[in-house]
Amino acid sequence: MTTEIIISGFGGQGILSMGKILAYCALMDGKEATWMPAYGPEQRGGTANVTVIVSDKPISSPILSRYDIAIVLNQPSLDKFQHRVKPGGTLIYDCFGISSPPTRTDIQVFSIDAMAKATELQNAKVFNMVVLGALLGTHPITSTDALRRVLEKTLPERSHSLIPLNLQAVEEGRKMVSQA
Amino acid sequence: MEQEIMLMKGNEAIAHAAIRCGTDGYFGYPITPQSEIIETLAQLRPWETTGMVVLQAESEVASINMVYGGAGAGKRVLTSSSSPGIALMQEGIAYMAGAELPGVFVNVQRGGPGLGTIQPSQSDYFQATRGGGNGDYNVIVLAPASVQEMADFVDLAFELAFRYRNPAMILSDGVIGQMMERVVLPPMKPRRSEEEIRRECPWATIGRSKDRPVNIISSLELDSQEMEKRNLHLQEKYRTIREHEARYELTTTEDADMLIVAFGSAARIAQKAIELAEEEGMKADLLRPITLWPFPAEALREAAKGKRGILVVEINAGQMVQDVRLCLEGSVPIQHFGRLGGIVPDSEEIVGELRNFKKQSS
Repeated sequence: MTTEIIISGFGGQGILSMGKILAYCALMDGKEATWMPAYGPEQRGGTANVTVIVSDKPISSPILSRYDIAIVLNQPSLDKFQHRVKPGGTLIYDCFGISSPPTRTDIQVFSIDAMAKATELQNAKVFNMVVLGALLGTHPITSTDALRRVLEKTLPERSHSLIPLNLQAVEEGRKMVSQA
Repeated sequence: MEQEIMLMKGNEAIAHAAIRCGTDGYFGYPITPQSEIIETLAQLRPWETTGMVVLQAESEVASINMVYGGAGAGKRVLTSSSSPGIALMQEGIAYMAGAELPGVFVNVQRGGPGLGTIQPSQSDYFQATRGGGNGDYNVIVLAPASVQEMADFVDLAFELAFRYRNPAMILSDGVIGQMMERVVLPPMKPRRSEEEIRRECPWATIGRSKDRPVNIISSLELDSQEMEKRNLHLQEKYRTIREHEARYELTTTEDADMLIVAFGSAARIAQKAIELAEEEGMKADLLRPITLWPFPAEALREAAKGKRGILVVEINAGQMVQDVRLCLEGSVPIQHFGRLGGIVPDSEEIVGELRNFKKQSS
């Protein structure tokens, strides 16, 4: 099975990091993964996106035009990517600042308020982990165990005390979509 | 020992592999989309472990001349840049080809001409495969299509460069440089000792011993008779390289009547197009040249046998397609598909091209 995902939003929201954690988890699970950022003169507040593909078999193109799952975290990303979700696919969007919500009816749509949840957890930086939780709630691509191992591996030792908070953020994100 | 699972960018893999394969020195100047190479080297601090020198030069021209100097001393030396930076280095590369020095250059291509764009491209194919600078010469050109090949080709490029005393280039692009995927890094290989260099590179200028004449490294020869001899020697060497070093990967589909030829990131995208085309009942093989010079001509002629058409997919206006045409000499219809200026073609566009081409040729 191959899952093709686009994650898009503002620079600074932790999109690239979230994609990297997801790709790393896939490798931990013995799968293949590619992570391809839209690189360029990106800046905090500008747009950023990353394509992550997870598969049981070798992955051909790391660049796609249609996706199984789109995770969009601002209005420009929603406008750009909602029409690139394959029929029957999934769209997860953060509702903050969205003035024109998605119009597709042939896909599953989940609205989350990840920033409110991150604020509730008293650390705005776990915003992307709440979003990752929502993804894992709709598509169990990886396990909490793989996630913990990846965080231990990729975070510097001094940040390891934050791993429980990050895992809690993922759980909160998961709950958001199960209630939806 | 269990293999460590690593996820990294193509550019980062180049840096790790350089340290692990016993590189003596890296000289470079940052430019998007390959700056992670020098950044990663700076983070890994190999001068504290293997003794490898990492130096940010004041310009690309300076870095290539540092490479020229290091190579003259028989050292494994490396530089990297992206298209406009590689253009600046061409004088030094031609000098190295003329003086028969080994050295490795990584070009993580971006769109041109001129400063162009920072987005991916394959538009330096001509420059890489036709020498690039002045004079009758070739550099060995390897085209990686994955992060794993970025890691593997550093050592391979050095091996070929030293075997033939000739510059070797890794011709990558912004897609392969910036993407992350699984990589297994090569085992650690120590840097060569002075003694080993003396033995393996008797031409190196590392101090004269009494048993041989003075080594002189220069691309200049004002006596035309001598210069022609030197050129003929180079041509003879290139013939040997063409005979022995062509590399490629052929992916076949049962009953395929079309062939796609693509290298580097375009080959990955074309592979996806082949998967999509198969759902429509169209079948194509994929030939991926791994060495762009020497071009895998024999393999192409073999793969083209019995095909109704050949589609060459490149992220440029049609460069490798010329080698494909030269190779097949009109024996089969050939078309080119490419996107320009930093736009990467999409697998579905390639399927469309395949569909149209098939319609025309039936």
